[in-house]
Amino acid sequence: MTAKISIQNVQKAFRIKRNLGHLKEVLQPISALQDINLDVKQGEFMVIVGPSGCGKSTLLDLLAGLTKPNSGQILLDGKAITGPNLDRGIVFQQYALFPWKTALANVEFGLETKGVGRKERKQIAQEYINLVGLAGFEHRYPHELSGGMKQRVAIARSLAYDPEVLLMDEPFAALDAQTRETLQSELLRIWETTKKTIIFITHGIEEAVYLGQRVAVMTSRPGRIKEVIDVPFEARTSEEDLRSNPEFVKIRHQIWDLLKDEVHRAQEQEKDKTLKANSAKSNVKGVASDG
Amino acid sequence: MANSTSTGEVLVRFENGKRANEALRWSLFQLNKGFRISIAIIGFLFLWEAAPRLGLVNTTFLPPLTEVLQAWWRLLLSGDLADHTIASLTRSVGGFLLAIAVSIPIGLAIGWWKPVAQYLNPLLELFRNTAALAILPVFILLLGLGETSKIAIVFYACAFPLLLNTISGVRNVDPLLIKSARSMGLSSLSLFRKVILPASVPTIFVGIRQAGASSILVLVAAEMVGAKSGLGYLIQYTQFSFQIPEMYAGIISISVIGLIINYLLVLVEKKLTAWKQTYSE
Repeated sequence: MTAKISIQNVQKAFRIKRNLGHLKEVLQPISALQDINLDVKQGEFMVIVGPSGCGKSTLLDLLAGLTKPNSGQILLDGKAITGPNLDRGIVFQQYALFPWKTALANVEFGLETKGVGRKERKQIAQEYINLVGLAGFEHRYPHELSGGMKQRVAIARSLAYDPEVLLMDEPFAALDAQTRETLQSELLRIWETTKKTIIFITHGIEEAVYLGQRVAVMTSRPGRIKEVIDVPFEARTSEEDLRSNPEFVKIRHQIWDLLKDEVHRAQEQEKDKTLKANSAKSNVKGVASDG
Repeated sequence: MANSTSTGEVLVRFENGKRANEALRWSLFQLNKGFRISIAIIGFLFLWEAAPRLGLVNTTFLPPLTEVLQAWWRLLLSGDLADHTIASLTRSVGGFLLAIAVSIPIGLAIGWWKPVAQYLNPLLELFRNTAALAILPVFILLLGLGETSKIAIVFYACAFPLLLNTISGVRNVDPLLIKSARSMGLSSLSLFRKVILPASVPTIFVGIRQAGASSILVLVAAEMVGAKSGLGYLIQYTQFSFQIPEMYAGIISISVIGLIINYLLVLVEKKLTAWKQTYSE
């Protein structure tokens, strides 16, 4: 079976503005992603986990086509991704709902862009509102909904225009623990109903093991794929508490082992960056090179 | 201005089925609110009536309210008030609408094109903070004493708050919304139309309200300097000819017009930004 999404030797570097003063900006290349190789199969639930600042979101932007890699390529069904398109749907951590539109109108947004007729649009949107369990709330504005409900709307919006792949950027990170767990199992249900390929980014190990069929562990910056781990559970949506399953605990521990050095390093990098930013403020010329 | 925040509470959504119940609660709420917002004004008007009559102030310079209202009625019947009001409104509404027609499109363009905004903003700030009345002499020199200079000064006073608010409205659209829309493959044009524009409406309206207020403010002052009609002229003229009750009548007319304009703008704003409303139960 060929890969649905194939990330091949992808590299991405940024030029970071070190000084916010107008003329003395120092542009420094910072390597965000290095040599990323990853294949995601049709209908697979792939989770990417990594320490904060490891370039997870950069990778997602690349997948979305919002930015381009410096080298390497990303293929979707064998064709290189050239820009944003409705064949990929994104769910952001901060929901990104349009506050002037009702839940239903938000879900219709992508369909509108796709050129679906008004009547059909409404009907499809309603279907997806129902799918995410928000029937009865379709005419509410985002500010009238709770965080979890907003994220449901966002998921419905991304699914409504029927993308090939659903990209999720730490979608549940801003939610409280109980809402998060509910939405996690809801997402699995939705995944099984819609059979979408999902790439899910998180920094939560437990979330990764619970949701993913495979979990790709990333290193600290520059981000690379350290290892891809299979999570061999069947029937995730069953009633039993997967989280206390010994196999689950074992895999969680395995990922934690892989991650802990990276987390440590990422935190060191963060400290370093803060120190440098401070010294740069006091001494414009003294911008040290990074790493 | 005071009612700008409280009108927000008025907007109650009717949900099907609860209509009758809601309506009853709504009218009770209105009654209570009506009392709260009018009591201070009633007190003030009462004081105005009583103070001259009790000899606390000189009746010549501050006639009792009833006398002022009688003078107002006389002005209304003679048609003078209508003439002056129409003259004033034509100028201020003209300048205001002109400013909207010019400033908002320009502001949208400048805000959208970020480098331009960066270069132009200091200049615009400078213009905005130059009191419109300070350059009234320039307008009179360049455009004469006629209608053009009046409309121009109103236009000037309205244009900058509108322009600056429009620019900041466009520039401060949540980047995440833009990112989200772009990820759905929107073209620049539809991104602008479907995301940037609606997202900046609230900020643009702040500018419209500011402009509405200053359109009246500036006009009255302009009419006091060089005009043969208008409410500002009426106030000035009646003061010179010592028709003090008429002068107060003119002042009252102006504040009422200011209130009405502000109220209308708030109303439109509520309509257009209903999605922003927070519930007040």
